[in-house]
Amino acid sequence: MTGFGPAVPGPAGGHAFTVPVLQLGDTLLVTLQGELHDGMAEQLQQDITARIAHTRVTGVVIDISGVDMVDSFLGRVLAEIAAGAGLLAARTVLAGMRPAVAITLVELGLTLPGLRTALDVERAMELLAAGERHSEGSP
Amino acid sequence: MCIRDRVQQTKLVTAASELARNTLVHGGGGHVELTPLNVGSSNGLRLAFVDTGPGIRDLDQAMTDGYTSGGGLGLGMSGAKRLVHEFEVDSRLGEGTTVTVTAWATAVPPSRPGS
Repeated sequence: MTGFGPAVPGPAGGHAFTVPVLQLGDTLLVTLQGELHDGMAEQLQQDITARIAHTRVTGVVIDISGVDMVDSFLGRVLAEIAAGAGLLAARTVLAGMRPAVAITLVELGLTLPGLRTALDVERAMELLAAGERHSEGSP
Repeated sequence: MCIRDRVQQTKLVTAASELARNTLVHGGGGHVELTPLNVGSSNGLRLAFVDTGPGIRDLDQAMTDGYTSGGGLGLGMSGAKRLVHEFEVDSRLGEGTTVTVTAWATAVPPSRPGS
């Protein structure tokens, strides 16, 4: 029997550790691993948005290849991160979703329209670089 | 582990996450009872999410895609139902809610209801 109650850290609660956000040139690379509880996901949203504003990066890659499970809460946070980044002139690519997670999300009813995806981080970087060239109008 | 098992496992864990969040957010906390099932050659897992919160006033509404009373996406109940083989809600106003879901590791027992 597993008990859980309101004592779980909420959005303002303490966070045991934070998600690493690395800057590679004009791109932020965010690597999610294992389980991300709700408070951490919301903290991540604030961290990424602040980093975009301060560093003026133009792209965000969120690597979820190490994530076993995406529920409707985490899915919503990921979509909101992308929407917020878009308002700050940065494009977001979700990279490395596991096949089982993709099947589950579709059945859950969460297809994340508008969120760009790539099979891995390398392709996500290529996608961002290609979009960059496109928006500059060079061939 | 083959991909089918992996998908089945991911679906059940995701459904559990949705329902546990409901227990916490709407039910004010509660507990989960896990029961391993063996029926013939089929193995399954039954999870009961139990709270003593306010109960669900309109169950049909709560089961509708996109309906939310908690600021979420409104996919928790309806989405969780699609992720498992059996889904049952027992809710009494003022007494609490128990949501029981069952997933089978082997495809033998039921056809999925309502999908």
